[in-house]
Amino acid sequence: MKEEQAVAYWRENISLIIRYLVIWFVASYGCGILFVETLNNIHFFGFKLGFWFAQQGSIFVFLALLVMYARSMNKLDRKYDVHE
Amino acid sequence: MNLDVLTYLFVGLSFALYIGIAIWARAGSTREFYIAGGGVHPVANGMATAADWMSAASFISLAGIVSFSGYDASGYLMGWTGGYVMLAMLLAPYLRKFGKFTVPDFIGDRYYSSTARTLAVICVIFISFTYIAGQMRGTGIVFSRFLHVDIESGILIGMVIVFFYAVMGGMKGITYTQVAQYCILIFAYTVPAVFLIMQVTGHILPQTGLGATVQSSVNPIWEGRPVLFVLDEVIRDLGFHEYTSGSKTTIDMFFITVALMAGTAGLPHVIVRFFTVPKVKDARSSAGWALMFIAILYLTVPAVGAVGRLNLINTINGEEGQGTDYQHMPLWFKNWEQSGLIAWNDRNGDGLVQYAAGDAFVGGKPILTDHLGDLGQRLTSNPVIDTESSLGFDLNRQPYANEVFVDRDIMVLANPEIAQLPDWVIALVAAGAVAAALSTASGLLLVISTAISHDLLKKTLLPEINEKQELLAARMASVAAICIAGYFGLNPPGYVAATVALAFGLAAASFFPVIVMGIFSTRMNKEGAIAGMMVGLLSTMAYIVYFKFMDGAPEDLFLGISPEGFGGVGMLLNFVAAFTVSSLTKAPPEHVQAMIKNIRIPREANKAQSH
Repeated sequence: MKEEQAVAYWRENISLIIRYLVIWFVASYGCGILFVETLNNIHFFGFKLGFWFAQQGSIFVFLALLVMYARSMNKLDRKYDVHE
Repeated sequence: MNLDVLTYLFVGLSFALYIGIAIWARAGSTREFYIAGGGVHPVANGMATAADWMSAASFISLAGIVSFSGYDASGYLMGWTGGYVMLAMLLAPYLRKFGKFTVPDFIGDRYYSSTARTLAVICVIFISFTYIAGQMRGTGIVFSRFLHVDIESGILIGMVIVFFYAVMGGMKGITYTQVAQYCILIFAYTVPAVFLIMQVTGHILPQTGLGATVQSSVNPIWEGRPVLFVLDEVIRDLGFHEYTSGSKTTIDMFFITVALMAGTAGLPHVIVRFFTVPKVKDARSSAGWALMFIAILYLTVPAVGAVGRLNLINTINGEEGQGTDYQHMPLWFKNWEQSGLIAWNDRNGDGLVQYAAGDAFVGGKPILTDHLGDLGQRLTSNPVIDTESSLGFDLNRQPYANEVFVDRDIMVLANPEIAQLPDWVIALVAAGAVAAALSTASGLLLVISTAISHDLLKKTLLPEINEKQELLAARMASVAAICIAGYFGLNPPGYVAATVALAFGLAAASFFPVIVMGIFSTRMNKEGAIAGMMVGLLSTMAYIVYFKFMDGAPEDLFLGISPEGFGGVGMLLNFVAAFTVSSLTKAPPEHVQAMIKNIRIPREANKAQSH
């Protein structure tokens, strides 16, 4: 594998990671901690939204992120022909 | 069949299963002993990771912690799951590509330094022993509660079982036992939870039932209103802090969650599970599976916590909220009074059991005696509360003083009885709790024995030993580790709870940053890594020891961050120290930079070791 290709692969991986980690941060630290008071004013299905993010919502988001990351990386591996 | 027979049967059958697996999965080589031959299916590894990860504390105590502290406990829920996102994106795939056996292996090779490796070995051993003492204790407690043997015999039985499959099978034995243990523990956890939620709300799935409404059969006054809103109102009227809002500062919550997340991603017994899958892509998907299996339990916890708390208050204080005549308390209340998880102190002498904010006993915990009171309640020998001078509560905030001590573990242990489930469910919970404790203990034991036989002996002290000798050393090390762990279980240091903060804090402040920098920075060198580890480790250790064990004054806390959260600060200090030092010293050698580039590319996973 060529050097430039390895660099390009790595760069795309990093940008994926950053994108997903931003969502990860917003769902847990953002909605569950930093803005929890504000979100608690929103009620739905018997929850206060901030509290829900802190106790359950963030976990649902984490799960979705891991599924999406695994998929995107499998695609990326194929694109750069580095899959096993 | 009575309950005791059923419990022995269920626990006995589960043990027979574990031993059966151990005999089937004997390890014949160091590769099998350390990483199960590297051929574990990602789904199986996900299950094993989930069992490895969910300890006696997750199984028995977490729901109770959430139940009695509400929003404040969210850090545990987010931290102990969110860490897997970091693990999957920042660590696991690259460590799998690296393709060796242990975390110190990676640190030693990547930082081309035996000092770094030795430092890592010390951290691994320290973190794992801190953690394992609590597991052995947990096993003993479960045995004593469900099987009526004393805690000491319980610990010994646990040691013998773990000895069997961990020493014989190594990682291979542990992996498949953990798969079985996961199935047992998740079934044991969710069945009573489903029934509890169904009774109170009529909703069937605990994972989505947190926002459901209360049924009229529970209390007609609350009918049709969401559990969480009723709970907020009810406990506020009893003088507690509101359930859905926190009492911790935002910065404290933030750093506690950071420390738990990074700690999760940095715990060696979790990381090493990802060395066992065949491919890099399996490491990524396996982390997803692990989180899914963990989430089945962790999403149940908030529902059990909230619904359980409401149910408890309703049972004790009654429909009108005035308290319930002791004679009419349900049987489970009296049963758990016998084992000391519940105690009643009729402070106003009205014969009614009343639950509200504040301590029911001087000193918090009841000191039980063998005597029974007029109504059949178990008496305690705590000093009498002097009601003349101090009522111990504020009449403006709550209607009566608290008269009930409730141990938080009751939220899981008493659930089957509260939900009036058949005896076999109670027996199942016993087997599940034992599975949770043993699975974590065995994962930790393996990491300790590997650190000794592989990192310390083979790689550092006695490099000339052959594979057979190394395997023997690994087995002997695990025997020694079991004995030491058992000793700590039998003679628990008085600060088991505090040491968990220490284990997570140290993992967050030492391993997590060093591994991440080792993968994502080609410039990070050995001087930087060693400086970072030392700074992170020492600052976190000093902070926790000072505030947990040396009675540091709460006013002195750095930015009000509690010791549980300081691992997050230690991690930042580690990063800062590492980057500063490495920018002043020379770049890592050529072959190390090549190795970093190699671990970033998935293909040829097995060639990475022989560059």
